[in-house]
Amino acid sequence: MLLIHCPYCEEDRSELEFRWAGEAHIARPENISAITDEEFAEYFFLRNNEKGLTYERWRHIHGCGRFFNAARDTVSDRFLMTYKAGLARQPVPTAEEAAAIIEDKTVETWEAVEGDAR
Amino acid sequence: MVDSGADLASRTLPLAGAHGGSSVVLLEPAGPAERISLRARAEDVAALSNAIGLDLPVRPKTSASGNGRTALWLGPDEWLVIGEAGLVQAAASSGALHSATDVSHRNTAILVSGPGAAAAINSGCPLDLSLAAFPVAACTRTLLGKVEIVLLRTAEDAFRVEVWRSFSGYAFGLLGEGARDAALNPEPL
Repeated sequence: MLLIHCPYCEEDRSELEFRWAGEAHIARPENISAITDEEFAEYFFLRNNEKGLTYERWRHIHGCGRFFNAARDTVSDRFLMTYKAGLARQPVPTAEEAAAIIEDKTVETWEAVEGDAR
Repeated sequence: MVDSGADLASRTLPLAGAHGGSSVVLLEPAGPAERISLRARAEDVAALSNAIGLDLPVRPKTSASGNGRTALWLGPDEWLVIGEAGLVQAAASSGALHSATDVSHRNTAILVSGPGAAAAINSGCPLDLSLAAFPVAACTRTLLGKVEIVLLRTAEDAFRVEVWRSFSGYAFGLLGEGARDAALNPEPL
């Protein structure tokens, strides 16, 4: 089972308790009535849907109920880190730190077993 | 005048009369209780603690008891307070800005006790219920099978499972299955 670290509960909890809540760090335009339709579409509808490292909002809906931000690798489904909502975009752990995270928490994914799918 | 029968209607608890368990787990419906869902900002916690008569816990997964009341930390600004009567009035008397919603009849509770209590709950709940990770008085909102519960450890081998009343039959049934499994595969002591 995938464990996700909740920055409010301060511990790793089962993924069953969490819900994905879309891309993180999307700022609402200051004067939303003044922007063009294209700018509004960009803000409201269009998402990057990146392969690899993404910043996402998650919600610990069946726990403390809080939204928080997470840096996740969409290829391996590995959570690189989580941090509280309202904080600025946090730097991703370095390769060594990421390796330590990986060593610390064995995550059985298809990629880990069958090789790098990228 | 013909008796309509309306005056014979009596209120029953969702799990009234239910009993269950196995040789290692006892399942009982808890008695009626008053409950409030309390929301408040950090700066108002002290005033509310005074008014309710116990220190509202501010650390994750902790609870506090006193004055016949128990306050469970659910989130950074959210508590479930269980007591006998007058919780909403007590919170209101604090004078602090807060939201207190009476959820007494939304929830009911199941008392799970016995040496297999943790194993029975773990049949539908992924939490680590070892004493190191979930000591006595620890509490959290989590999942039991398909329903959301609030779990409180009341003793080393006893838990209180707060569940919404319409889900209580499911929760009681699932805990009954877990209790039977716990008896079939007793944990090494």
